[in-house]
Amino acid sequence: MKVPVSITVNGKQYDKMVEPRMLLVYFIREELALTGTHIGCDTSSCGACTVHLDGKALKSCSMLAVQASGKSVTTIEGMASGENLHPLQEGFHMEHGLQCGFCTPGMIMCAADMLKNNPNPTEEEIRHGLEGNFCRCTGYHNIVKSIQYAANKMQESA
Amino acid sequence: MVPSKFAYHKPTTLKEAIDLLSTHGDDSKILSGGHSLVPVLKLRLNDPEHIIDVSGVASMGGIKDNEKSITIGANSTHAEIANNAALKEHAPMIAIAASMIGDIQVRNFGTIGGSIAHADPAADWPAVLLAADANVVISGANGNRTVDIDQFFKGLFMTAVGEEEIITAISIPKSAFNKNSTYVKFAQPASRFALVGCAVAVANADGYVTEARVAFNGVSATPFRDGNVEKSLKGSVLNGDAIATATASVADGVSIMSDHFAAENYRKHMAGVYARKALSALA
Ligand SMILES: Cc1cc2nc3c(=O)[nH]c(=O)nc-3n(C[C@H](O)[C@H](O)[C@H](O)COP(=O)(O)OP(=O)(O)OC[C@H]3O[C@@H](n4cnc5c(N)ncnc54)[C@H](O)[C@@H]3O)c2cc1C
Ligand code: FES
Ligand code: FES
Repeated sequence: MKVPVSITVNGKQYDKMVEPRMLLVYFIREELALTGTHIGCDTSSCGACTVHLDGKALKSCSMLAVQASGKSVTTIEGMASGENLHPLQEGFHMEHGLQCGFCTPGMIMCAADMLKNNPNPTEEEIRHGLEGNFCRCTGYHNIVKSIQYAANKMQESA
Repeated sequence: MVPSKFAYHKPTTLKEAIDLLSTHGDDSKILSGGHSLVPVLKLRLNDPEHIIDVSGVASMGGIKDNEKSITIGANSTHAEIANNAALKEHAPMIAIAASMIGDIQVRNFGTIGGSIAHADPAADWPAVLLAADANVVISGANGNRTVDIDQFFKGLFMTAVGEEEIITAISIPKSAFNKNSTYVKFAQPASRFALVGCAVAVANADGYVTEARVAFNGVSATPFRDGNVEKSLKGSVLNGDAIATATASVADGVSIMSDHFAAENYRKHMAGVYARKALSALA
């Protein structure tokens, strides 16, 4: 039996009827057609599905949409403001932080949480913070540089 | 992957949650953060008809700094615990263990109550709670009861919590041994779960150990305290020699797990190595 959920995504409230067993990631991708959030492993490991729930990074394949009812979600589509890329998006662009790009939305959402709690992380802290996000292309080096780029830029403008 | 169908309930009070549990009995399952249960449902290792989401029960949240203890609400996330100032001060091993669980995303939503209810042998909470002499507060239709942590873990994925009961809080005494404590783990490189996790808490007076608590998870199907190590340390000066003597035969007589990550003799050896690492950090 479907139940009502009310979830705010990237600032817009969506009221929908969903089955309780629907995962949040499917709500985002299939109900809202926001396909920037990816499904990699579907087993809580790879982090490709990372979004923010009430400002905190979450693997959206590991939560039911009903659990998020009444709460606020931010996806990669909600990071830029108009034409202006988020400093993390700009960092991945400038530092060549992606190859195929599959992991990138999850990397950016995880890194955004990391920088919120630790605006000036060391390289080791960045690598540690990415424990829950896998990249099969880059070898991580440029991802770390991209996050350092964003941290510097955000510090400058803070 | 999609779970089987179920009905979803979201009580806002403990009483409502317990009533739902009594009505639906073993057709139901409690959900807190969902970071163990949702993966289990997706793999269809379990297919409850009713899911009772207790994350909205306010009385199960928050960390309270009392005079003689710290009460951690069952719904507290690993991240909240890792960042709690009172725990960092009075029982550093609790905050350290929390900061080592999984990754940023898992720590943001996984809870201590859900973790100890799940009782995964490779989880990080059991060793620190055993070393801390914690108490678990459990509620049911007949009210509250408090279970000593030594009586809580009953085996692989088994605990003292009854079918129709809910863990509401975990209480950590403020004691000399908790103040001087740490946790180390030998993490499985992919999942970060513990192949060996060792928590140590040591009280000293006039330079001599008055009480030592040494506990392990990841090593055996049931987490345990190593009484031989604890006895050997008591009365000694905590230095390299005392640590070497005490840890010469860690986990003797314990039934040790063996799997494709670590064979029995390797795990036992690493338990000794990690006990020495943890104790040396306090020496
Ligand atoms: C990728 C990944 C990596 C992880 N790495 C680690 C790690 O390194 N170390 C580690 O220790 N853990 C790890 N975990 C597990 C994580 O800590 C889980 O969050 C935790 O085990 C369960 O907490 P939860 O709140 O999500 O519980 P849920 O999934 O909601 O529930 C788990 C079980 O407990 C029951 N339950 C929940 N709350 C209560 C309650 N209050 N009373 C009674 N029963 C209850 C549920 O019915 C269910 O059976 C990892 C998980 C993931 C997905
Ligand atoms: S798809 Fe969610 S963690 Fe991989
Ligand atoms: S860029 Fe291809 S997986 Fe990371």
